[in-house]
Amino acid sequence: MDHYVPILIFTLIAVSVPIIILMIAKVVRFGSYDPVKAEPYECGIEATSFALDTRFSIRYYLIAVLFVVFDVETIFLFPWAVVFDELALFGFIEMMVFLAILLVGYLYAWRRGALEWA
Amino acid sequence: MGFLIENFGAIFFFLVAALTVAGAVGVVTLRNPVHAALALLETFVMVAILFILRHAEFLAAVQVLVYAGGIMVLYLFVIMLVKVKDLRAEDAFLLNIAPLAVLGGVLLGALLAAGILLGTMAAGDGAVAALQTIGDETVGNTEAVGWLLFTKFLVPFEVVSVVLLVAMIGAIVFGRRDAALSGPGEGVEP
Repeated sequence: MDHYVPILIFTLIAVSVPIIILMIAKVVRFGSYDPVKAEPYECGIEATSFALDTRFSIRYYLIAVLFVVFDVETIFLFPWAVVFDELALFGFIEMMVFLAILLVGYLYAWRRGALEWA
Repeated sequence: MGFLIENFGAIFFFLVAALTVAGAVGVVTLRNPVHAALALLETFVMVAILFILRHAEFLAAVQVLVYAGGIMVLYLFVIMLVKVKDLRAEDAFLLNIAPLAVLGGVLLGALLAAGILLGTMAAGDGAVAALQTIGDETVGNTEAVGWLLFTKFLVPFEVVSVVLLVAMIGAIVFGRRDAALSGPGEGVEP
């Protein structure tokens, strides 16, 4: 566990820096309220609706699911890569079978136009 | 101060465990769905730290990459898709299922406790050994997991790819524009 001490210190610094900056900002700023300041984009186009009032396209969900699937696929590459030498050719074939099955899904997504936005 | 340093491991564990439970409670009690999602993110990160405390470093990395990264994005998209602003209207419904929820929670808790107790007993007197060896050689957790995954658990590993394929094709079928707009049986072909 000892080698986690640097990570612990790193985490503590990473958490405390924004807290300290926010506290300094709280001390030095002057407080003036304006409803414009509460808008999502203070200097942009006025928002026409509240974000959660609108329904988003189902395509975002599709993209998210595809992302998660390929994310999980990538996860399996890491333990495979670190024991690649020990596994030799057998491990290589195993992973190629794994990737080939997922490639079918990728090609299906491609053919169905799931990767296109329009 | 001496007590704190001596028992640092235990104190750290209980701190992380308390934060995990606090996050989980936040997920089900916060009214704003985005706040609930943030509480869930906190729970995911704390579970990753719990994995590290058990020397399951690979699982911790997976927890952060897949859950805090991927699954979280998926949940946020779902929140945006189903137009949930505030979860007040469902109060009556939630009270109706409260007894069932309590029963389910108790049963799940009993199952988990049994699993942990039996698992610890099967592993011998010590705590469940950390997965850190290939044969007799001591290696990192990721190497050990990789070795087991690609030798002993080869078939489950290959089955995972089929499961992922099903998830992918299912999402594409449900997410297609014509499938969403037309009724059942219509618009199967583009």
